[in-house]
Amino acid sequence: MDNLLLLGDEAIAQGGIDAGMSGIYAYPGTPSTEITEYVQNSHEAIQKGIHSSWSANEKTAYEAALGMSYAGKRSMVCMKHVGLNVAADAFMNSAITGVHGGMVVVVADDPGMHSSQNEQDSRFYARFAYIPALEPANQQEAYNAVHYAFDLSEQTGLPVMIRLTTRISHSRSGVIRTQNRNQNTLSPFNQSKRFILLPANARRQYNSLLEKQPGLEEISNHSSLNYLVEGDNLKMGIVAFGIAFNYVMEIRVRHQLQYPVMKIGQYPLPRTMLTKFFEKHESIMIVEEGYPVYEELLRGYFNNEKNILGRLDGTLPRTGELNPDYLAKALKIDLPPALPPSEILQPRPPMLCQGCSHRDVYEALNEAIRNDERHVFSDIGCYTLGALQPFESISTCVDMGASVTMAKGAADAGLRPAVAVIGDSTFTHSGMTGLLDAVNDQSPITVIISDNSTTGMTGGQHSSGEGKYIAICKALGVEENHIRVMNPLKVHYAENVKIFQEEFAYEGVSVIIAQRECIQTLAKKKKKAK
Amino acid sequence: MKKDIILAGVGGQGILSIAAVIDRAALNNKLHFKQAEVHGMSQRGGDVQSHLRISSDIIYSDLISQGCADLILAVEPLEALRYLPFLSNSGWVVSALTPYNNIAYYPDDNSIRNALNKLPRKLLVEAEKIAREQGSSKTSNMVMLGAAAHLTGLSNASLEDAITWLFERKGEEIVSQNLAAFRAGLQAGKNQN
Ligand code: SF4
Repeated sequence: MDNLLLLGDEAIAQGGIDAGMSGIYAYPGTPSTEITEYVQNSHEAIQKGIHSSWSANEKTAYEAALGMSYAGKRSMVCMKHVGLNVAADAFMNSAITGVHGGMVVVVADDPGMHSSQNEQDSRFYARFAYIPALEPANQQEAYNAVHYAFDLSEQTGLPVMIRLTTRISHSRSGVIRTQNRNQNTLSPFNQSKRFILLPANARRQYNSLLEKQPGLEEISNHSSLNYLVEGDNLKMGIVAFGIAFNYVMEIRVRHQLQYPVMKIGQYPLPRTMLTKFFEKHESIMIVEEGYPVYEELLRGYFNNEKNILGRLDGTLPRTGELNPDYLAKALKIDLPPALPPSEILQPRPPMLCQGCSHRDVYEALNEAIRNDERHVFSDIGCYTLGALQPFESISTCVDMGASVTMAKGAADAGLRPAVAVIGDSTFTHSGMTGLLDAVNDQSPITVIISDNSTTGMTGGQHSSGEGKYIAICKALGVEENHIRVMNPLKVHYAENVKIFQEEFAYEGVSVIIAQRECIQTLAKKKKKAK
Repeated sequence: MKKDIILAGVGGQGILSIAAVIDRAALNNKLHFKQAEVHGMSQRGGDVQSHLRISSDIIYSDLISQGCADLILAVEPLEALRYLPFLSNSGWVVSALTPYNNIAYYPDDNSIRNALNKLPRKLLVEAEKIAREQGSSKTSNMVMLGAAAHLTGLSNASLEDAITWLFERKGEEIVSQNLAAFRAGLQAGKNQN
């Protein structure tokens, strides 16, 4: 079949299309965004009637995928690691209900925080929920893993996680398509109370989830994602997880090392395989991308009785993304000589585009509040760049939606003015509920929705509240004369400063909608229209 | 055959198009390749880079090691300097000369040229000027690809095929503009050797 040129994310998407998936649900987030985008742009997916659209947030996406699975069809839900926190409630409980049609949860972690607030490791979540997880090491494995994950999900009746990291999500290679399976027919699940998590059912289900664990381990012992690369040097064995395998093999091949390598790409861990491997070697090096999730576990399995090297003892760095150079150092191999970094080098951080509406919002905002009073709660999106020069307008960026609720808390404490800046997409993602809290308590806050009609930061995806912000704010109880709309353009500068000042002075909840489209999506639309 | 290439530039300058052309040519030649790129926030006028590896043997790592790059291909001169520790002791730097100055402390022209001139193997190209002579300053990236073509391990013909493949959807005029830029780049590369 065809040999395609695909990012890891795209390989996952193509895998889903070919594995008979009926729908994909997601909220955009780097490095996972390209999975859903690929399906949306695929003629094949459209022909096959595969449902794909952006959800309001990861939780709604997760639940929709679960509903599709309940109906007997194969579904996929995709998110970045911090997105799984938002979906965590549904995620944990879906392990208890189990699934019906195959359900694959793709989570893209971002070790090294290229584009994220933290580097949490989603494999912890898979362990937390007691579900199987797969960790492909390259694009072809990612494609194959999707087929396998759907089958495994239907076989075990559990959601299956595929964990990616930035470096596989955003790396491109050739991928060969293997099969093209039809979608499942509609067959709603109605035989038992499995999906009703009242305590009596939940207890039964939880027991059955635990009973499945030895079976899941046994499946791992025979998984094609877990295998041994033989070698003669039994002084040390290397256990390499997911993409870490690539870095291990790079150095092993380049320097002709003979250490045997156990490659792991499926969890729960294949304990039998690992026990045999451990027994053969004097010491063991554990190499995983992310947290030392399995290093900790393996130390426990084997009572720390061997010399175990890894992230915990400093053989590898405790934080950040792995690379072949760290592996070379860990294996005591000298790096090739390198030129020193240039002395005249300067950092070039990202910035708001010239002409971006957020710029005008921050300029007017800076004028409206005196410097010493400026405690502006912000959120996650392009507008977070308002933290940098020349604006330096904002004081916080914690998680999606936190600007509204943190401003509320600060207002309750007495801070004035308490200002929240949030994007349109973030507002519907998780700002609305916080606004309701503020209305209920009459907390004196001003929420600025910097509405550019898109999810700008991830490249301009559809924003689910488009055209509905005034209606939403009214419905949540914000007084009509304190819902203000402005056009963030230079010509309206004075007027906008005045609107800000008026609402900052108001002792109640006000919302200012600063509405002007992102110039990037506008340019794309113009190009298309041509 | 094995080439480790670092593509460097500023978000929006078209390094991912260069990568797409090389990827496609490698695929058509049945070579192994891996290309790691940067997406997301850093694209907003920040520095972007792509690690591109081509080989007749299996490639494991998506990332290039320190001191191992055969080529740093930069569409912006300050960005050429950012990745020097990756360059191998026989590696080349091929860089465009037009600065993209969007930061407060951008070094002055002379110090950048001096730093580049000190490198043992470099090829410095007035890419934007050449692209404009070919009809569109937007094709500087293809000029740079042309200038570095002989260092990629791929034939000019297969790179041209891949350029045609990449821009086909955008119409014949765009294809021929990009091909012209690539050929002008080839010439520029030759003139300096
Ligand atoms: S992409 Fe859009 S929202 Fe983001 S900085 Fe550029 S113009 Fe602003």
